[in-house]
Amino acid sequence: MAAKKYEAGVKEYRQTYWMPEYVPLDTDILACFKITPQAGVDREEAAAAVAAESSTGTWTTVWTDLLTDLDYYKGRAYRIEDVPGDDTCFYAFIAYPIDLFEEGSVVNVLTSLVGNVFGFKAIRALRLEDVRFSVAYVKSCGGPPQGIQVERDVMNKYGRPMLGCTIKPKLGLSAKNYGRAVYECLRGGLDFTKDDENVNSQPFMRWRDRFLFVQDATMAAQAETGERKGHYLNVTAPTCEDMLERAEFAKEIGAPIIMHDYLTGGLTANTSLANWCRKNGMLLHIHRAMHAVLDRNPHHGIHFRVLTKILRLSGGDHLHSGTVVGKLEGDRFATLGWIDLMRESFIPEDRSRGIMFDQDWGSMPGVMPVASGGIHVWHMPALVNIFGDDSVLQFGGGTLGHPWGNAAGAAANRVALEACVEARNEGRELEREGKEILTNAAKDSPELKIAMETWKEIKFEFDTVDKLDVVNR
Amino acid sequence: MAEIQDYKSTPKYETFSYLPAMTPEKIRRQIAYVISQGWNPGIEHVEPARAEAYYWYMWKLPMFGEQSVDVVIAELEACHRAHPNNHVRLIGYDNYSQSQGSSFVVFRGR
Repeated sequence: MAAKKYEAGVKEYRQTYWMPEYVPLDTDILACFKITPQAGVDREEAAAAVAAESSTGTWTTVWTDLLTDLDYYKGRAYRIEDVPGDDTCFYAFIAYPIDLFEEGSVVNVLTSLVGNVFGFKAIRALRLEDVRFSVAYVKSCGGPPQGIQVERDVMNKYGRPMLGCTIKPKLGLSAKNYGRAVYECLRGGLDFTKDDENVNSQPFMRWRDRFLFVQDATMAAQAETGERKGHYLNVTAPTCEDMLERAEFAKEIGAPIIMHDYLTGGLTANTSLANWCRKNGMLLHIHRAMHAVLDRNPHHGIHFRVLTKILRLSGGDHLHSGTVVGKLEGDRFATLGWIDLMRESFIPEDRSRGIMFDQDWGSMPGVMPVASGGIHVWHMPALVNIFGDDSVLQFGGGTLGHPWGNAAGAAANRVALEACVEARNEGRELEREGKEILTNAAKDSPELKIAMETWKEIKFEFDTVDKLDVVNR
Repeated sequence: MAEIQDYKSTPKYETFSYLPAMTPEKIRRQIAYVISQGWNPGIEHVEPARAEAYYWYMWKLPMFGEQSVDVVIAELEACHRAHPNNHVRLIGYDNYSQSQGSSFVVFRGR
């Protein structure tokens, strides 16, 4: 190869990083960015700048560039596409050679892809829409500690979604009163209860007291019903040492599942905890506090489908996905897209769901999506239809707000769930016949009847609220 | 307080145990669903006192590739006749997910 000469100065990024002829390798990590450039910056230059600043480049040429094979290590902007219905921005596709990233480190990948480049002056806004992790890279990550099948076998739950509930009020209960709320929910028919995300170890309820009372409640409900139960013990903590101490204690007292907030707790902590869970046979429920800070703005930030992939690689058995129908309305098709990314082993490119690349997970286990937030019995037919069996449906207010208390609320939800699953298996259309199915089930369940009266009927047609526009939001 | 009803928990056995016992017609439809999913029907039974155990007694072998609802019903009934006091459940083995696509008690024991 002919040697290059060193010339100091500033080159246009496109000379080095815009490579429309490049054919990505199977091992490359591919990223799709939505770029809103500053006025006067053309698309190729903006795309090349993003490729440069997220890989090997800096603003000026440096002599040490010539000590390595930069043409191998650089990120390559290889394609540009219009964003349908939005002229202010465009999609740029960038390929990164796998050697740019430490094996098994989603931390390293994110630090490159969403690092300095997001503050870069030549672009007004930047959003990471999707990332294709090559199978080679996937195989270097641990993934979910147990996965969907192992969880079903351990918890002995088959042929239906699982039911959960977050204990409320989220802050202020004593450990013993909190355990009472857990016990009532579980004996009434729920499979899981959950610590709220901001329940860690506050002065009003220290973690150790909570763990002990909650575990007692779980065992009592299990003995009473003969069914396996669990409570997500939140081990999110100020330090990794505290986090692991709480995890060890949860295991010691026989709890089957713990939980962590992967974004506020951090990805390094999450990956360590997932590895610990895999080693110790514990299930790991993942909460996503802070995600909306990153994923809500359509022009800037990180799309949730990327945060989903990051979690599946870092490790977690459950992940909150949104409900489509509850208080936090999410785009139905985009949600179906990232639910597939959690559970399936191969997800093909599908622009109608915002999926920009084929994603092959190799043999990595799946993550159970968790639908939680403002849902109640009337939503059950739609939820069973949207989420299918491999999911956890969590009714907080919809259990605890029952006029006869938590146990009756739990039973109402369980009857509604089983009636919907039974009807679905019989070939009935849940979203159209939902009212009839629930009303019929309520004849044998006074708990369900009163729940239906309390929360009133909601509509089952989604076409009116649902927006399937061409724009990938 | 008068309108509030007390909730009594009773022993349950997972999927569909919160619904009334199925009529024969409803049982047929659930078996048809298992078959339509490509799952292999299998039958297990146990004394109600031991229902919490992961492993129940296996009735013969799973009926690999069975397509007839009547054949499955006949086996369920044979198991029930042989063990009238036991819970009898139907399993749909999903060999692709290597798990059970379905599992529910058809005859409730005493």
